[in-house]
Amino acid sequence: MTVQDSRRAPGELARDLPASDDPAAAERATLAAPLDLTDLSRRRNAPGRRAGLRRARWLLRGLLPVGLVIAWQWSTSSGLVPPTTLASPKSVLEAARDLIADGELQTALRVSAGRALTGLVIGAGIGVAAGLVAGLWKLGEELVDSTLQMLRTVPFIALIPLFVVWFGIGDTPKIVLIAVACVFPVYLNTFAGVRGVDRRLIEVGQVFGLSRTRMITRLVLPNALPSVLVGIRYAMGISLLALVAAEQINASSGLGALVMNASNQIRTDIVIVGVVVYALLGLLVDLVVRLLERLLLPWRPTIVKS
Amino acid sequence: MTTPPPAQPAVIMRDVVKAFAARRILDDFALTIARGEFVALLGRSGSGKTTLLRILAELDTVDEGTVLAPRNRSVVFQEPRLIPSERVWRNVLLGLSRRESTLARAQEALAEVNLADHARAWPHTLSGGEAQRVALARALVHRPDLLLLDEPFAALDALTRLRTQALVHELWHRHRPAVLLVTHDVDEALRLADRVVVLTDGKVGLDLRVDLPRPREGAGSRFDDLRTQLLAELGVARPSSPA
Repeated sequence: MTVQDSRRAPGELARDLPASDDPAAAERATLAAPLDLTDLSRRRNAPGRRAGLRRARWLLRGLLPVGLVIAWQWSTSSGLVPPTTLASPKSVLEAARDLIADGELQTALRVSAGRALTGLVIGAGIGVAAGLVAGLWKLGEELVDSTLQMLRTVPFIALIPLFVVWFGIGDTPKIVLIAVACVFPVYLNTFAGVRGVDRRLIEVGQVFGLSRTRMITRLVLPNALPSVLVGIRYAMGISLLALVAAEQINASSGLGALVMNASNQIRTDIVIVGVVVYALLGLLVDLVVRLLERLLLPWRPTIVKS
Repeated sequence: MTTPPPAQPAVIMRDVVKAFAARRILDDFALTIARGEFVALLGRSGSGKTTLLRILAELDTVDEGTVLAPRNRSVVFQEPRLIPSERVWRNVLLGLSRRESTLARAQEALAEVNLADHARAWPHTLSGGEAQRVALARALVHRPDLLLLDEPFAALDALTRLRTQALVHELWHRHRPAVLLVTHDVDEALRLADRVVVLTDGKVGLDLRVDLPRPREGAGSRFDDLRTQLLAELGVARPSSPA
């Protein structure tokens, strides 16, 4: 009876039908009932607004900075803000042109970049060496790690007065300060990179009978390299920070001296030129690290694609 | 084609005990594998199959008992475990002496797994099946007397798995190492092995000789009969139709 019922009324759902003795008939009835289908194709991928937004992206992103520069120019040229507080964009550009013309900026840049680079190389070198010693040998970890972790908590800027007493006011205290600041990020990342090597790869090395030396050179060090580079990238940023801090205390040459002298003469145009150059240095540093990663890590899929 | 003359042993395990936190994974376990013999090891998950293989790979130690194995062993793991920072051909040569490490030797091994033109590729550019074949080439380049395979097909898609199984069979036939294949796939074990051993409660629960002609298609009443026996030992009472 249920079979005939379900055939006569196919629109009814099976659960509404009287319980059947015949499971096959109940199944047929279920399958015969129409499903309420929703139209998924109605919602199309609308190209209009999204694509338009993407095309206008650069315009939108540029809106705020350009607006700020315009506001800066207007407020300074209208006399709302006196030049002793903030120089106009035009006078900043002129100051930059003059500084470049008489070679003052180039000299200052060379001196400052030299300090930062020297400090960075020394600091990163110590960081990598300490990271490897602590990462590769348990004894090394015991000897090095706790001490460095303790020293890490000292804000490096607090050391400036001490370094002035020890090393005077020449280049040495500045380079030492930058080096000290660079040791920690490089050390921490090197240590983590060495320790983070995949155990499963080490097992492969064991199975194929690699010596400890080969295990380190072929498995551990390449695996740690991305991490070491992250540390160096971080250290590069810190080296600039340390450079600015060191140069503002006392400097007879370099970007810091240029900026401090201008500050004493209330030449805000030159001060702003100095700030912009520091920023450009930061940008350059980032570029160098990206290039390094691309050269040293060709096997990394993320590096290849970026 | 089963070989009638008694072959020399390649693996001898006697009275082996291995426990993890009072649980005896291997309990007076004994197993002998002959030279050139292809043995598949089945067992429920957690039965200690992989532990057994790791003991033979010298990655784990035994608590008691005797384990004898040839010095020249190779392992293929479930994951390819290639060194990401070295090109494929350098990976293949891992563990060979400097004198033996030549591009020609790597290319020869890669040709055997049909990857001759991938020698200079980076591992991350390979598909799962290709990477596993590189791992196979890396294992075979040592011309091992004992080849340990730890579920090497488990992570591959169904079609790649069939192709890779056929390749393993072909390479075993050519080089004739003794093979211990750890797997959870009954059909795979029956298709490839001379002998299927089931590990149950730390002992050999079942030791079946697969007296079927090669190559095996995975059909026929004898195949089904062996399959039913193995599944019963593994605690699957009524074998469902092949997936």
